[in-house]
Amino acid sequence: MSTSSGVPESWISSFCSLLGHEYFAEVSEEFIEDDFNLTGLQTQVAMYKEALEMILDVEPEEDDEDDDEEEEEEEDVSGDARDGLPGGRPHGERRHHSRIASDLSVIESSAEMLYGLIHQRFICSRAGIQQMSEKYELGHFGVCPRTNCSQTRTLPVGLSDIPGEDTVKLFCPSCLDVYVPPNSRFQTVDGAFFGRTFGALFLLTFPEYDLSKPGGEPITNLSRNNGIDDMMNGMHARNIAPGLGPKKIYEPRIYGFRVSEAARSGPRMKWLREKPADITVLDEARHFAADDHDSDDDDESMNVNGQLIATGRRRPAGSARLRAQQQRQNQNGSPMAVEPNGGAESEL
Amino acid sequence: MDDYVSESDSDYTSYWRDWFISSRGNEYFCEIDEDYLTDRFNLTGLNTEVQYYQYALDLVTDVFDLDCDDEMRETIEKSARHLYGLVHARYIVTTRGLAKMLEKYKKADFGKCPRVMCHSHPLLPMGLADIPSQKPVKLYCARCEDIYNPKSSRHAAIDGAYFGTSFHNIIFQVYPALIPTKSAERYVPRCYGFKVHAAAALVRWQNNQRDDMRRRLRKMEVESGFKDGEDDIEGDDDDEEDEEDEEIGELEAAQVAGFIEGAGAAGVGTIAG
Repeated sequence: MSTSSGVPESWISSFCSLLGHEYFAEVSEEFIEDDFNLTGLQTQVAMYKEALEMILDVEPEEDDEDDDEEEEEEEDVSGDARDGLPGGRPHGERRHHSRIASDLSVIESSAEMLYGLIHQRFICSRAGIQQMSEKYELGHFGVCPRTNCSQTRTLPVGLSDIPGEDTVKLFCPSCLDVYVPPNSRFQTVDGAFFGRTFGALFLLTFPEYDLSKPGGEPITNLSRNNGIDDMMNGMHARNIAPGLGPKKIYEPRIYGFRVSEAARSGPRMKWLREKPADITVLDEARHFAADDHDSDDDDESMNVNGQLIATGRRRPAGSARLRAQQQRQNQNGSPMAVEPNGGAESEL
Repeated sequence: MDDYVSESDSDYTSYWRDWFISSRGNEYFCEIDEDYLTDRFNLTGLNTEVQYYQYALDLVTDVFDLDCDDEMRETIEKSARHLYGLVHARYIVTTRGLAKMLEKYKKADFGKCPRVMCHSHPLLPMGLADIPSQKPVKLYCARCEDIYNPKSSRHAAIDGAYFGTSFHNIIFQVYPALIPTKSAERYVPRCYGFKVHAAAALVRWQNNQRDDMRRRLRKMEVESGFKDGEDDIEGDDDDEEDEEDEEIGELEAAQVAGFIEGAGAAGVGTIAG
């Protein structure tokens, strides 16, 4: 039984249009209905089943007798019912006795929590990250407050994957730092609903974005004229912290004179905004290979990596790649696979 | 005299400066003493900068009694605000001005640093130029030593020259006890617990810069301002960093697709950084 999406406003789209929920993407029902994507969430969310029903707008009809409803439910969320069968029935019955108006608010908050946790996973999936990239392009996530970043777009991130620890923050790819959203309404949004991975994964997935573009202007892709040599450490060299480095650091001055480092109130935090003038200094693997280290170094993996890059090839070993592709075909909602907007796939 | 009543009596019957600093959008300004304003020496050179200088000054010092039309009044009012701003930039670096601004700083009247690792450290207003109408006001965080744009557009429109390029540095020279302890705490982008190579390489380089600076300061026997504990284990810092890297490695774009598929959704959050 497929749920009728869109006829009235679905729970998901009304949730996402709430004030303060501007950063959320609309998780597709397909993604939620795949049980694999919900692995482990049952233990994290109270009234899991009811919450899931609410998210999917599978409203059990209250007026019917208990039996009918129970059956319907099993049809609707068959996967879930199978999973939770041992505990399912008594749980359901208990609900019927106690499901009064006050319960609804509990379920509502459970549903929000569940949606948030699914959202954390969804935005790291192919469809989700694609949706987030559209929001990024439209500037839904705001801009960096740092003056020298000149209003570049930010990404919503969490500092923890566990709910209830910290609120959502904004990650600026231009200065690689995190900021508190300017509007206090976002201080009620849990950071775990976005997770620690999304920000970094986004940059790896869409390396082509010109990160230095201000939020007011339409985003563009980096021009390709520099070719493959432009790539360094897995990113376009121009996209490595474009907001940092010489001329992008604030220099304290008094009446035009720079404050000395030796002064007690002198600058101490320049390193945080520094970047080598010659970015290739950061290509550690190449330098390591160039130094021709002996392999009795205990850092074996580093050495391998260095050789790979020294030969100009960056793709993973053939067998690993094959395996990855097979897995991708098997799991339809697998968290990672990219091709849109010149993603990592095209870089391989 | 009719003008007084019709315009908005409270503005002019009470002190103009009182009204000015309490009106919306002017929260960054402190009140300039009457004495300071009436000492002509403090206003040197401003007469060429401000239109209707004398009237504007009269208005600011509450001795304005010119009978004129609304348009003229508007112009003078604008000049008065400009004049107040320019005198303000000079006043806040005086002893009394610094003390007043210090009070506001302690109350976080200028807002708090948006940087997460600064843990809401109070900000100070500053200009990027001392010449008026060049750059709007910015906010300086003494903890991360960086400058930020004000959140509200009301404040973003204020001229930076009304605070000047020096005030926020002078205040810490005068009150060295106020210098916040610096922290090496920072955000490191991670993918499923793994550092991202491009960012991590930059972080390592920056950490080296920091350690170099600390060594320089130690040689000069200057306090580095970092937390005590961190100062002592300067050498250990690097080791920790390296160990961590060896254990979990880093991701490059090419490795992402393959690796994360293997981890699966259930692995989320279990790999700790």
